[in-house]
Amino acid sequence: MKEDLQLYDYWPYIDRPKIVWPNGAKLAFWVAPNIEFYEIDPPENPNRKPWPRINPSVTAYSIRDYGNRVGHMRQMALLDKYNIRGSISLSTAICEHHPEIVGMCLERDWEFFSHGIYNTRYTYGLSEDQEREMILDAFSTIEKHTGKPPAGYLAPALSHSEHTLDLFAEIGGLYTCDLFHDDQPTPVQVRSAKKFVSIPYSLEMNDTIAFVVNKIEPRHYGKIIRENFDRLYQEGAESGTVMCIPTHNYQISCPHRMRAFEETLEYITGHPDVWVTTGREIAEYYIEHYYDSSCLDINKKLGKTS
Amino acid sequence: MSLDKKFLKYPQRQYGMDHNFYDWSMLSNRPKVSWPQGKKLALWINVCLQFFPLNQKGKPFVPSGGLTMPYPDLRHYTLREYGNRVGIYRFLRSFDDYSIKPTFALNTKVAERYPYLTDILKERGDEILCHGLHMDALHYGGQDINEERELIDRSLNDLRELTKQDVVGWISPDRSESENTPDLLVQHGVDYFCDWVNDDMPYEFKTKSGDLIAMPLSQELEDTFILLNNKHSEDSYVEQICDACDFLLAETNNHGGRILSLNIHPWMLGQPHRIGKLEEVLQYITSQKEVWCASASEILEQYKKSKV
Repeated sequence: MKEDLQLYDYWPYIDRPKIVWPNGAKLAFWVAPNIEFYEIDPPENPNRKPWPRINPSVTAYSIRDYGNRVGHMRQMALLDKYNIRGSISLSTAICEHHPEIVGMCLERDWEFFSHGIYNTRYTYGLSEDQEREMILDAFSTIEKHTGKPPAGYLAPALSHSEHTLDLFAEIGGLYTCDLFHDDQPTPVQVRSAKKFVSIPYSLEMNDTIAFVVNKIEPRHYGKIIRENFDRLYQEGAESGTVMCIPTHNYQISCPHRMRAFEETLEYITGHPDVWVTTGREIAEYYIEHYYDSSCLDINKKLGKTS
Repeated sequence: MSLDKKFLKYPQRQYGMDHNFYDWSMLSNRPKVSWPQGKKLALWINVCLQFFPLNQKGKPFVPSGGLTMPYPDLRHYTLREYGNRVGIYRFLRSFDDYSIKPTFALNTKVAERYPYLTDILKERGDEILCHGLHMDALHYGGQDINEERELIDRSLNDLRELTKQDVVGWISPDRSESENTPDLLVQHGVDYFCDWVNDDMPYEFKTKSGDLIAMPLSQELEDTFILLNNKHSEDSYVEQICDACDFLLAETNNHGGRILSLNIHPWMLGQPHRIGKLEEVLQYITSQKEVWCASASEILEQYKKSKV
């Protein structure tokens, strides 16, 4: 184990080169629906238990299935209403299990990024070769079923190794959602030295973290999302920020939470100078326009000459 | 460092589900269901009457709401008993005030231990479904099938005898099941069960022994889930139920009939400071003209008719 993985340098959130998003936008806003498949009886990883009880873990398994059976259509209808294209964090086995869902998202030109194969297959304990095989399998599955390889990666169930980002960058990935260290995109140091970035995905705005871990009330969730937006929007005038709402159809699409969620989408998309976009588009735009100047500024602040 | 090869094998990676309990089906693709008299939202109030034995074994786990202190845990034992002595009578009065038709899910032990209460429920004639033997008699994966068969046999037969009702509905204690539970329930004359929370409408479960319907009894909207598990305020409980009611009613406009199912516990909402919140909820829902308040079996019967 290491004290730090050296994925990024310290880069203070002050006096950075100014980011301006397309059409003069101050804030890049993206919604990342996690469309996941949890296995009812996966091989048990020695480092983490998939289910809280003896299998079958009826309620834990079935509420996640609710997300696909019931919840997906609700969230999709809502995103359609506010002209938001989802950036899907996809358990890629969904392509095989529920191709109907993938088809509907393809029709809408939503982005698919990789969230591993199943959310019950953790990275923990895999050898580097095994992890590469898993990452490549998920990558190829998206390419095969959507016609386009994914640009982004969120490790399955946020389970990582020391090499997760290196491996994803090496097979052609552009960005990671696994780091929560910043409110702007940042360069990530990978061993191949490819241009690879972190796009803010937000654990704090994540519905499952909010509802299941932090146990906050639905309307309060709506309130903190709006407050999160207000501050990022204000700061975005100085230099463009990124706001993400990561969602799960088994949480946000429950009948008692949809109102609070809809109010936030209405609020955010009702502001001018908001770039409603996808993770890939933010990564590509940032790499093209700001990656190099960011690296220079980071080095300058570290006192490095090159 | 590496894991066994099985961690990179995916034997169930294929179309549909990764098991044979039921088929994959998106709610939005199913035929619309209609309720009687053009009503749009069925209201199913499900009251769990539970007994948590003082000598809890916690095998293989302590159920939610179970005892947590060293024996004798009188604080939790009596607080749960409060529901059967006091809370339930507040519930009954509130139900009558708002013309609610409740469904009662009884641990068979409750019917056995409190004949006075059982008689009142029998006289009311509301539907009774079986909630297992008691809260410490759990069904769980790997349980010996004969042991579970005996448990189901005893729970259902005794409850039918004590209540003089057919009893065709089932909720497992703490909604915990073994892989054999659905099959055993069908063998014992159960038509529907309410443990799985993957749908907002009834759907067909597959068992070796015949048909079984999974009825959608929301866990997310349970009083104990919101107040005890999530530690939300009573006011937020009211907000969440009313928001769910509004959302489901709106959804019926394009998708056909829906069900608002409220699973409630007299040991939780039957407290003096919470009963008014239940009443606020009942007042709000029953003031919606398109709500049809019915028992679980009535909703199921109408669902089946509507499908034909």
